[in-house]
This record gives sequence, structure tokens and C-alpha cells, in this order.
Amino acid sequence: MHGAVSTMGYFEMAKTAIKTVMSRPATLMYPARPGKMTTLSRGHVVIDVSRCISCGMCMKKCPAEALCVDKEAKTWTIDRLRCVVCNSCIEVCPVHCLTMEGHYSSAVLAHSGLETFTITYVKPERPKKNESGEPAEA
Amino acid sequence: MSKKIVVPFGPQHPVLPEPIHLDLVLEDETVIDVVPSIGYIHRGLETLVAKREFTEYVYVAERTCGICSFIHGMTYCQGVEQIMDLEIPARAHYLRTIWSEYSRLHSHLLWLGLFADAMGFENLFMNSWRLREFVLDVLEETTGGRVIQGSCKVGGVRRDISDEKLAAMAGDLKSFETELSDLSEVFLHDDSLKSRLVGVGTLSRTDAYDLGAAGPVARGSGVAIDLRKTGYAAYRELRFEPATESAGDCYARCAVRIRELFSSIDLIRQAVETMPEGEIEVKVKGMPDGEYFSRSEQPRGELVHYLKGNGTKHLVRSRIRTPTLTNVPSLVKMLQGCELADVPVIVLSIDPCIGCMER
Repeated sequence: MHGAVSTMGYFEMAKTAIKTVMSRPATLMYPARPGKMTTLSRGHVVIDVSRCISCGMCMKKCPAEALCVDKEAKTWTIDRLRCVVCNSCIEVCPVHCLTMEGHYSSAVLAHSGLETFTITYVKPERPKKNESGEPAEA
Repeated sequence: MSKKIVVPFGPQHPVLPEPIHLDLVLEDETVIDVVPSIGYIHRGLETLVAKREFTEYVYVAERTCGICSFIHGMTYCQGVEQIMDLEIPARAHYLRTIWSEYSRLHSHLLWLGLFADAMGFENLFMNSWRLREFVLDVLEETTGGRVIQGSCKVGGVRRDISDEKLAAMAGDLKSFETELSDLSEVFLHDDSLKSRLVGVGTLSRTDAYDLGAAGPVARGSGVAIDLRKTGYAAYRELRFEPATESAGDCYARCAVRIRELFSSIDLIRQAVETMPEGEIEVKVKGMPDGEYFSRSEQPRGELVHYLKGNGTKHLVRSRIRTPTLTNVPSLVKMLQGCELADVPVIVLSIDPCIGCMER
């Protein structure tokens, strides 16, 4: 033993013990109390397939090479196991069809972690031009 | 004279969060020599620089380390900005400084917890990590990430912190500081801790200097080297002194880190008080052409990012030197002559970050 515990030591210990007994637990009782989440929290990437123009910018700027945009097949594929949730794709998307959800994505069931979405965006038809080059009235 | 035996320590060991292997040459219970082997988790992150655009590589640079990730990202960005002659706004410098100091707080608290755990002091470990949660919450509220912040970019920062939030952060630091004082009391004045730390793993000032020790290991031995004094980011406008101790033992290294916690709180307060208004980023035009050694002070010591560009969107070379690598020779010196039972505590006292070291 390294010396006797001083009276002050007992006071200190009693103070800590009483504080611990009286206060709430430091840990959250998950899932009874939901985990903390802020407006900026990065959970997983979500795509609005009705707005994606298949430009492929997200694929080019993804540092983890987790995204694949197939213009021919009109699909947007994300590898949830490769994605590092860095927010890069969301920043570069010109039509803002990608968003970041605060919650983590659910457990990946597919062996590869791939999730494929079919892009439903239809390019609006341009108004036909008449012979003089002026756009025809709708 | 007794027989020499070799006892392997690691790569899997209860005290090591990451893999490093040490062959301990023992004579009875005394360590007479140590042969370290590294390279268990090399990931080739430096090579990736040639395959990612220089603006995207910051995400990779940040993931070099899971603890001081922000400082890795910042050091990389500073390097590219220097090559491209980019002058970033003052507010971005201040925001970078604030996040760096929060990273230091969370790294040191993590280390204090692990250190207590290495000595078998479970309760102190949990209390340190409970305090660390406060820092992680602030980082998540301001950047969106607890340990990988992703808020630094070439040309500035991605997110601003509102003035109200800054004031709230400075206010919250008061109660944090009080709790930290209670915690540091135990680390610095508890008898059982002192008996495990004082006079253990001593590194003299000359050895620290000659073996190239960095960060708290060097400062614990009296070598007052702190890269923040070079004045990168907003440090040139803030007042602080490097924390140094002269004993060079495990207790001194622990004391240096505890003093740095308080100095970080003070730096955050100063940065919040003098935070300039204005933009947080500048537009990046052109491609990096040239080379630069970007240096900064990580929680563990001096971090160097060497970057070289050739005028294309991919850099041609990145070389990262982390403080843990430079502290390994010092660790070998500290272990020579110690008792086998003290090895875990001494290994932890350099705050080894193997993920960083092997990249």
C-alpha cells in the first residue's frame, strides 16, 4: 500500500460516489432513447431517381470509387461497403438529386454491398423551332 | 549471468489498439534490447495520390488516421495551397485552428483513457472517454462527422460556424474545463498512478533530440519543439507556450499532454474571441505545379506531408511522415533497461498511432 488514504481522499471519494448515484447514466439507453443526431450528421447517401440526369459527376468525384452511373442502362449503383460517406457526390451534383440522410443505412444484405437504382428522369422535350429559328409558341 | 530469452510483444496484445510487433530481449525480468517490426497495416494511401484528383485526395489524406484526421486533411490542403500560391481567407484559418484544437482535445482524452486502461485503471479510462464524448459532439455538430470531419478543402473550409454557435462552444468549455481539472487531478496526483509512472521509461533530453523524438515525447524530455510556433493557420495570432517537462519519464509525458489539454481550451477561446468575419474559401483555379513540405503539429508531434505536382489534376507524389514513426527509435531507447511489467505503459506513453505510421 502506498500510504494511508487521507480524510480528504475519503471526502473526494464520497463526493464522486454520491454524484454518480444521483446523476443519470452517462450512456444513452439505446434504442429506448434514440442516438444523437445533428442536422449535419452524415449517415448515408440517398438519390432522387426522378431528377438524376446521369451526368456522372458523382462517379468522377467519388474518392472511394463507390458509385457507378450507367447512361445506357439508366442505372445509378452505389456500393454501400465502399462508400465512405464523405459528402463529395452531394457537393458536385449539378441538379441536387443526391442528399445525405442523417441515419446510417441499414445492414447490407447483398454479398457485394451493391444497390442499384433505375433512373426515371425523362428529359423534357424542347419546344420545336420554326423555320425562322424562333421557338414555336407552346 | 542469466540466460537471455526473447518474448514477443504484439502484434496482437490487449494493450495495443493497433498492431506493432516488438521482440523483447529479456535477462530475468529486465528488458535489455528491443527489436521493433512494423508494416502490418500498410494500405498504400500515398500511391492513391496519383489516382485521385488533387481536390478529392483530401478525403483520402483525412483517412490516413482515425484520430487526428482533421490535421492530416489540413496539412495536405496547406501544402497544395502553398504550391498553388493560394491565399485563403482569415476566417478559414481560424476555423481550421479551432477544429485542430478540438481534434487535439479528443486525441489526448482518448490517449489518457487508453493509458489508464493500460495500467488497469478502468474507471479512469471510462471517465476520460466520457469527457471525450463532449468534444466529439461539438465536432459532429459543427462538421457532421465525429472523427472524420471532412470540413477542410483546398482553398479553405467547407462549413462555417455561426457566431452564436461559436459563443455557445466557448461557454460550454467552462464546465468541460472544470471536469477536466478533476480528471487531471487524478492523473497527476494519485499515488497508485505515480508509482506506475514516475521514473519509468526515462528518455534523456540528449537522447530525445538525437533520436528525433517528436511532440509530447520530445517535450516531456525538455525539448521545446512545437510546430504550432511556426505560425501556420491562425497560430501566429494566438498566444501560447509549448508545454514542457524535464523528467523525460512516463509521468512527464502524461503531464505534458494534460497541460496541452488546457492550452488547447485556451487557444479555442482566443480563436473564438478574435474570429474575423468574411469568406471561408477561395475559388481554386489552375493545377498544382511544384513541390512543398507541409508541416504541422499533430497531437502526437510533427506531421510532414511532402507533395509534388506537375501541372496536371493528379499530384505525382505524396509522402507522409507521421510522429509515431519518428518516436519508435525513442521507444526502443526507453524500453532498454525497464522491467517487463512496465512495457505496456511505456509503449502507450508515446501514444502510438500505427494506422498513421504505416499509411
